[in-house]
Formats: sequence, structure tokens, C-alpha cells
Amino acid sequence: MSLTFDHTSRAAPLTATRLLHGLVGRGVQNTDLRSHLEQWGELHHQPKRLIDELDTSGLVGHGGAWFPVGAKWRSVTGASRRRPVVVANGAEGEPASRKDALLLTRAPHLVLDGLALAASTLRARQAIVYAPGANLPTLEAALAERRSCGLDPIAIDLVESPETFISGQESAVVNAISGRGDAVPSFVGLTTIRERGVGGRPTLVQNVETLAHVALVGRFGADWFRSVGTAQNPGTILLTVMRAEGPMVVEAALGSSLRSAAGLGDDDLSRTRAVLLGGYGGAWVSPQAFAELPLAEKAARRIGATLGAGVIVALPYGVCPLAEMADVVRYMEGQGAGQCGPCVHGLGALADSLDRLAFGGRGGPRLDSILEICTLVEGRGACRHPDGVARFVRSGLGVFADEVASHQRQGSCAQTRAARVLPGAGRTVTRRLVGRA
Amino acid sequence: MSQWRLELVLDPVACDGRGVCAEMLPEQIELDPWGFPLIDGADITPALYEHAVRAVHSCPKQALHLVERRC
Repeated sequence: MSLTFDHTSRAAPLTATRLLHGLVGRGVQNTDLRSHLEQWGELHHQPKRLIDELDTSGLVGHGGAWFPVGAKWRSVTGASRRRPVVVANGAEGEPASRKDALLLTRAPHLVLDGLALAASTLRARQAIVYAPGANLPTLEAALAERRSCGLDPIAIDLVESPETFISGQESAVVNAISGRGDAVPSFVGLTTIRERGVGGRPTLVQNVETLAHVALVGRFGADWFRSVGTAQNPGTILLTVMRAEGPMVVEAALGSSLRSAAGLGDDDLSRTRAVLLGGYGGAWVSPQAFAELPLAEKAARRIGATLGAGVIVALPYGVCPLAEMADVVRYMEGQGAGQCGPCVHGLGALADSLDRLAFGGRGGPRLDSILEICTLVEGRGACRHPDGVARFVRSGLGVFADEVASHQRQGSCAQTRAARVLPGAGRTVTRRLVGRA
Repeated sequence: MSQWRLELVLDPVACDGRGVCAEMLPEQIELDPWGFPLIDGADITPALYEHAVRAVHSCPKQALHLVERRC
């Protein structure tokens, strides 16, 4: 048995198809342990080496925060003498995101390998997979197989995540696991979850895609990880691309062309009014700006956007972007935890303003009054929920300036009656009708 | 040598917008249109220290904290 990284082994994929290696094609899956091990080889725990290897790899978190994984693990180990809790976060609140569910249902052992490596490396007291109910049967079966082989250093428990937008937020995850409330965030401003999380122990909450990458770094090493992507943006990322045909999960090299990764050609972009990057907490960008972007978080942030958890939605012409935005903001208002005053009042005021702008008569709310509400909610919640909505609204009012001007001049447009393109928005309409009845 | 600074930190979950803090420390706290405090992130100067402490103690929800941070 070799205890060095073997990146020359036949199992190490050489292209940008890594996590999805062997999964391409509908219905193909690696849910059973035997085919998983045949594909990837055995997992060797090298706790003394893995954090250095993660540092060198340049792997960052793929849940939306883009925080360096090595540094995060170090801060958990250094937090206190108490043994930590490690959590695989599979709560995928973004209605347009599918990549975490895809990994959990079709490659669960890759995620569990990453969690097992976190447990051995950080000498964890407890290891938990936090995931939606729909994914639990596959995970239960996978864990039973691993137990029968004595594969993991400690037992791995399952906790169901509610299907809400904010259930995957770090402090919400800790609260849900601790049995406090319905997976809503709490104020952790005086400390961090990494220092004091589940049961007061240092806690690592890591997105499931990130852990799947960890499983491959643990097998093939940092040099292999960096062999795809660029020096500044090494490795690959899973993206969920929402198109008219439905959602599609793709894997692409970081630093490559975003539009190529998303599979949006000239024809597609010419039919696209704008692209939503990063989901409902993300930002709208014009097709021209989108076409220029590399697949890199820094580049997205430079234009006020974020790749977030890798959601890309191409909004076609023929629908009213303001109606789409109004329904999303109303949905996001309903998805708030209802705990922080500025978020409760501010998102309500934003949703009302966008309703009037999208569906009301001429005149409508002034642009600067809407932007002022954005400023009033930013940075004032216990979590980032209000900040994301503010970014979504701000960017949309800029990219859809023509539609805003037209609605202010002439009132609502006929396209508001078209079916909504953005997922989740439909639910909002139902909820509102129920609320009014 | 490291320096320490004092700053006000609000727990937005605990805060229910009574507005007492803004009365105690108008120099650094004002209220938004819904009555929730907007806190100036500047350091608490020695001249304002007593007032800041009083604002913290007078919050009926204990939502306001005076925190020492290394800078």
C-alpha cells in the first residue's frame, strides 16, 4: 500500500471532467461503493499532510463564499482543544441550483470520502451529512455500505435540511443540527462557527462539492489538482445552467471562458436579454459583459457580480425582466427568517416597490428610492440574505434600465402576462394569493 | 505592538427596534425609517465612552455590545 499521492494512476482524470468523470449521460451513477472504488481507487488517510496539500492545491469553497479550504481547516484545528464537528453541507437553497443534489444522488461516496478525510485530518468528534430529505435514502444506503467495510474513521450521521432558501447558511446549519429552531441563521458576530459551532465545539461546515474535490486532492494530490485551470484559479467547478430545456449541470476548468463553460453560443446569447449569475443572491449582467467574463470569482466581483454557488440563468427576450425580478424578490422576502428588522421591513418594501414597478400604472416608484432601500438592508442582517437581494435588485435596475424607463413612462407591459422563466417565482404567486384570500 | 479599538456591535436578531440606544448615543447611532439602529462604525472615542456604555446597558433586549478588537 502506497502512502504517497499517486497522480499518475489510471484513476486520475486528466481533463476538466473530474467530479463528473464517469457520470456523463442520463442515469449513469456511481452510487455503489464497488463501482466508486473501481473508478477512483482506495482512499488513504494522511492527516499530517492533507492540509498542506489543500493549501497548495488552491481549492476554495464551492458553496458560494469562495473561502480557501486549507485556511478554513486550519482555523478549525486551531480554535480550541476540543475536538471539532465536521459537516457536509448539502442544503441547496437556490431554486435554480442542482449541482449538490446531483453529487449526492449520483456520486455520494465522493462526498463521503471528503467528509471522512475532514474527520480524520481534524480529529473530529462527530461527522454529519446535512442534506434534503430527497437525498437521504441514497446517503443511507451509501453509509451502510461504508459501515460494513469499516471504511470511515468515525460514524457519519445524517440530518435532514429543510428545503428553504437559507437552510444552508452556516449558522442555520449549526442550529438545525443542534435542534434549535427550523434551520434559521443566528447572530455569530462576536465569534465564528469555526470557533464555536455545534455543541460549542469548533465546527467545519463545508459544501458537498468542495468535499468531493477534497476526496480527489486526497487521492491524487495538489499538483494533479492544479494541472487543470489557471495558476490564479486552479481546478474545476460545477455550474448549474438554466436554459429553456431545463437545468443542466456542467463541470468546467476555472479561469476558462464562462460562456463556453455554460455552453451559450452566439445564437443563444443573441436570444438572451440578460444573464443572472450566482442565483437569487447574485447579479444580473448584460450578455456582452457575460461573454467577456472568465470563469473566476474575482473577475465576477470586479463587475459587482458573484458566481455564488455556480448558478447561471439566461433570461430570454419575450418576458418582462421586471416581473421576473418582482416575483423573485417577493419569494426572497418570504424565504427570510423573519428575525432581523431591516431585512423584514426592507425586503417587504423592496418587494412592494418592484410590484408597483412591474405591475402598476405609469409613474411608479422612483429609482433612487428603491436603491435607497437596498442600501438600508445591506450588511444589516445576521446572515447575507438581505445583501444578496440588494445585489440582485441593484444589478437588475441597471441592466434593465430601458424596461424600467418604459414602465415608468407607460406602466406595466403586456409581457408581464407571460409565464415566468425563473424557477421558484411561480410558488410566490400561489403564496400571495393564499395570503390575500 | 498591537493596538486595541472599541466598537459597537449590534445583534440584529435580538434587536427589536426600541430605539433607546439612539437616544443615549445620537453621535453614533441613528434610526432607519423602520426604527432600527444604524450604527456608525467609527471607533468609540474616550469622550463618548461613557455614553456608549450607557447605550449598551440601557438596551432592553441586550442587543448592543461594546467590543474590543485588536487592530
